[in-house]
Amino acid sequence: MLKIKDLHANVEGKEILRGINLEVKAGEVHAIMGPNGSGKSTLASVIAGNDNFEVTQGSVELEGEDLEDVSPEERAHKGVFLSFQYPVEIPGVSVTNFMKTAINESRKAKGLEDMPAKDMLKLIREKSELLEIDRKFLSRSLNEGFSGGEKKRNEIFQMAMLEPKVAILDETDSGLDIDALRIVASGVNKLKSKDNAVILITHYQRLLEYIVPDFVHVLHNGKIVKSGGKELALELEEKGYDWLKQETAV
Amino acid sequence: MAFENNVDVEHPVHDVRMAAIKNFEEKGFPSKKEEAWKYTSLNNIQKIDFSIFPKQENSLEYKDVKRYFIHEIDTYKIVFVDGIYSSYLSETTHDGVDICLMSAALTKPMYKQVIDVYFNKIASKDESLTTLNTAFSREGAYIYIPKNKMPKKPIEILHFSTGNEASLLLQPRNLIVVEENAEVQIIERHQSLTSNEVLTNAVTEIFAAKSAIVDLYKIQNDVATASLIDNTYVDQKDKSLVKIHTFSFGGKLTRNNLNFYQNGEYIDSTMKGVTILGEKQHVDHHTLVHHIQPNCESHQDYKGIYGDSSTGVFNGKIIVDKIAQKTNAFQKNNNILISDKASINSKPQLEIFADDVKCSHGCTIGQLDKDALFYLQSRGIPEKEARALLMYAFANNVLSSVRIPELKARINKLIAKKLGVNLGFDL
Repeated sequence: MLKIKDLHANVEGKEILRGINLEVKAGEVHAIMGPNGSGKSTLASVIAGNDNFEVTQGSVELEGEDLEDVSPEERAHKGVFLSFQYPVEIPGVSVTNFMKTAINESRKAKGLEDMPAKDMLKLIREKSELLEIDRKFLSRSLNEGFSGGEKKRNEIFQMAMLEPKVAILDETDSGLDIDALRIVASGVNKLKSKDNAVILITHYQRLLEYIVPDFVHVLHNGKIVKSGGKELALELEEKGYDWLKQETAV
Repeated sequence: MAFENNVDVEHPVHDVRMAAIKNFEEKGFPSKKEEAWKYTSLNNIQKIDFSIFPKQENSLEYKDVKRYFIHEIDTYKIVFVDGIYSSYLSETTHDGVDICLMSAALTKPMYKQVIDVYFNKIASKDESLTTLNTAFSREGAYIYIPKNKMPKKPIEILHFSTGNEASLLLQPRNLIVVEENAEVQIIERHQSLTSNEVLTNAVTEIFAAKSAIVDLYKIQNDVATASLIDNTYVDQKDKSLVKIHTFSFGGKLTRNNLNFYQNGEYIDSTMKGVTILGEKQHVDHHTLVHHIQPNCESHQDYKGIYGDSSTGVFNGKIIVDKIAQKTNAFQKNNNILISDKASINSKPQLEIFADDVKCSHGCTIGQLDKDALFYLQSRGIPEKEARALLMYAFANNVLSSVRIPELKARINKLIAKKLGVNLGFDL
């Protein structure tokens, strides 16, 4: 579904990604772990098409299509979703209106009519129940005054509404208490299917107890230095990242 | 100017007018050499040969101008066409409050007492454009709200120009007196209906007595051949609350001179503005808050978005007199430039003579936040719409204090139109 080949990317002239290779098939959950500054969030941004980063080499393909020169909004229409580590506040635009705009823009791009108001309301109700989101919450301005946990839960609510093919969750677990983590994880698990894929970007193993990955990759200095099954996450939790740095140095 | 031929020398305010014309003749139009007019030039406007007294009366059909009214709600209406009162389009009242015409107030004996106390009392007697208005103005809105009263509905003051003169100078004069514990909401708009040149030099005097509440909304969305110089003077007494919102979305040249004088204690003066300009439009916001007594507050929050070759000015002057201790004066001016050719000059001017005060001012000029733009695009919202949403969000906190929901909805629509987007929902 998503194929990343020898991906190099710069920000402000500095190389952050130095040759990433990764294939994610439909139905799979991949976890990308690594110390701070290893390039995890950059990788997420580049997949989603953030042009603050310059791709200097390699490619990202979605279902066989090279995403080079594809705008972030077009990537979203094709089924890429990024849950942000720091979602942006949009005063004056309610969660509901924001989702209406996002869904109808995506439908417009596919040549479809706007979703009928009745269907939209039904969809919003279903998905907000899935994430145990209160109705009142939906009429609040997007992310404005939301707690860290509310912001993350709202990101996953947006994911549920947009039903992406590939969802990248960038540090969705940070800032979540254990109850919020359970709700978010259970939401992601319910949205998972044989037709979509999830990439979890995380520093800690905690989230992986709730969303069990098929593969774990360790990112270090802009490269994947080790891949394995879910047991690799446990190993990292036990030994920390220093152990890995030494091993790769050798 | 054949001044004496066109005015009534027996008029009750004739002496006031003569003093005013004398001042204007001495000073003339302000030039860019004056500090207050450094960034706004009236040179091109002065070259135009304006008619100052329109020759004939023009009538308009309501259906043709309905869209300029907040027609979703019932309002009192004081409407002028080419400077002349239109009784057909207006809805005035004398039922407990006076919402009517300046010409009537200036001439009828029943209003003499109010005119003697308030007319031309707070308006400047030496600022040249204000005195030009004082000399020539014949018409405008007269609003008198007695103690403890509130009109049943908001008041709309509309000035239309039809273009039956090649170029027209309008000089409306408004007097708004709100007595103790009374309240009023006013929406003001100047609208040209053709591409003939029009210049409006308006003066509004507002008197807010003890505990009075005044909300004034100025909608400035005129055509590219219409210019406006707005001179508003506000006199506030103890515990009064006066809020002026200025929405500047169009016109050729707009100059807003808002002057607040706090003649009492525990006063709140608020000025908020949203300016969204394109093409070669120019808007200059000049504000003054004079803190004369202790324990008062002033709040200013102006947001500007400048595109194409548009230019903006914000000059906020705050004076705190020596005895005005415990003053809280806040001023914010945030701007986004969305074109390389657009520009903004922002200048706070603080003159503080008291020592126990809280004053803050902040001015920013920037571009749209790239990370925020990416966030919206990553949800499938195209760049143009994403930019519009961010600009709307930027201006939003100015809108939150608009107390008439239908007006707020109208402003939102004007903003969406100005930003050139249809977001699929009413902002």
